[in-house]
Amino acid sequence: MAMETLERVLAEHPFFKGLERPYLQLLAECASRVRFDAGEVIFREGEESNLFYLIRHGKVAVETFAPNRGPITIQTLGEGEVLGWSWLIEPYRRRFDARSVELTRAIAIDGQCIRGRCEEDHDFGYELMKCVAHVMDKRLQATRLQLLDVYDGIRS
Amino acid sequence: MTAFALEKQARMTGLSDPMVPSPFRVQRVQRETYDTFTLELEPANGADGFSFAPGQFNMLYMFGLGEVPISISGDPTKPQTLVHTVRSVGAVTQVLRRLKRGDVLGVRGPFGSHWPVEEAAGSDVVIVAGGIGLAPLRPVLYYLLSNREKYGRIVLVYGARTLQDMLYKVELEKWRGQFDLEVEVTVDTAAASYRGNVGVVTTLIPRVQFDPLHTVAMVCGPEVMMRFTLRELEARDVGPESIFISMERNMKCAIGACGHCQFGPTFVCKDGPVFRYDRIQAFFAKREV
Repeated sequence: MAMETLERVLAEHPFFKGLERPYLQLLAECASRVRFDAGEVIFREGEESNLFYLIRHGKVAVETFAPNRGPITIQTLGEGEVLGWSWLIEPYRRRFDARSVELTRAIAIDGQCIRGRCEEDHDFGYELMKCVAHVMDKRLQATRLQLLDVYDGIRS
Repeated sequence: MTAFALEKQARMTGLSDPMVPSPFRVQRVQRETYDTFTLELEPANGADGFSFAPGQFNMLYMFGLGEVPISISGDPTKPQTLVHTVRSVGAVTQVLRRLKRGDVLGVRGPFGSHWPVEEAAGSDVVIVAGGIGLAPLRPVLYYLLSNREKYGRIVLVYGARTLQDMLYKVELEKWRGQFDLEVEVTVDTAAASYRGNVGVVTTLIPRVQFDPLHTVAMVCGPEVMMRFTLRELEARDVGPESIFISMERNMKCAIGACGHCQFGPTFVCKDGPVFRYDRIQAFFAKREV
């Protein structure tokens, strides 16, 4: 995919909404297209984390394994969402498994490459951190709601 | 509502007194989940049927035991059968659960406000339901689908705790297969073998397509789920005047006389259960209310 096309795809993705063009160029230099077949493992818990993914099509299950319960899906991510942020936080290890539920197409971004750019250009790092913080906030809210087990009410 | 209006409502519903239950016979009992079931009822006094508007509720009376307010979950275009989906959680609902075909119970109603199905004509309609909150919204879907040409996009977003807790699975599958209805379903937790969506219902709202400037949203579920849903709808630029929610309080008389279901300056039984959000926004999230 040409660099300009990648840049356009990144600009259109909700994760990078509002990011300025020079930053999108930086990101595009570290990005590539990927495809996962249904059932394919994208990464496993404990692995080194150097990539994150912008999902363009398909569905990915974020999973963990619990003794006596087996593999459990914690969350499903779809088009327009981002998979993985452990590339940004030391010790850069995956916290969960990720598996493609159906054919999934995504843009993979090299987190190591991006970390380097962030160190060189702190303004870029700050803008990128805002994008990640937004996703983290949404996921944290969803997790808290999940923990509330809201359907235990008595509504009829 | 004035005494005159109550009397008028009573006449319209064929009841001489809104406090007097009418006998209804159980036609069919359908088990939905481990604790939830659907009753199909017919009048046992020779009446033609039971007209209601989507979103209204009835008081179901187990003779000698007590009454419970239960939303009507059937098809408003088929008034010959009265349908209620009930979650068995208390003394009365546990006895309701043991009803069999041919048993008789008392019904008072219909009571309360309704979803704005006619007012939503010309708009996209987004229905967000959580858990058993799908039951009061099912009549909306029946109505919208029988008047499909009047509406833009119709989106159903439904969340349940697990796949086993999901209501109306057969209908959900059927609706999902229709080209003129977008159905997004999610569960809070699932085994990895489940291929559907996992996550709370609010996570689906950013994913669905609708025109926020021409959308009517109808939301029903546990109050905390509705609170988070409202935030997501507002983030999608749906105005509070276009959002309707169904509230639940301890309803007893159902005619605004006893005050048990007071909700700020309103009574849920007669001013609700369906409220336009901007009209209750000021006190919706107040803990004391």
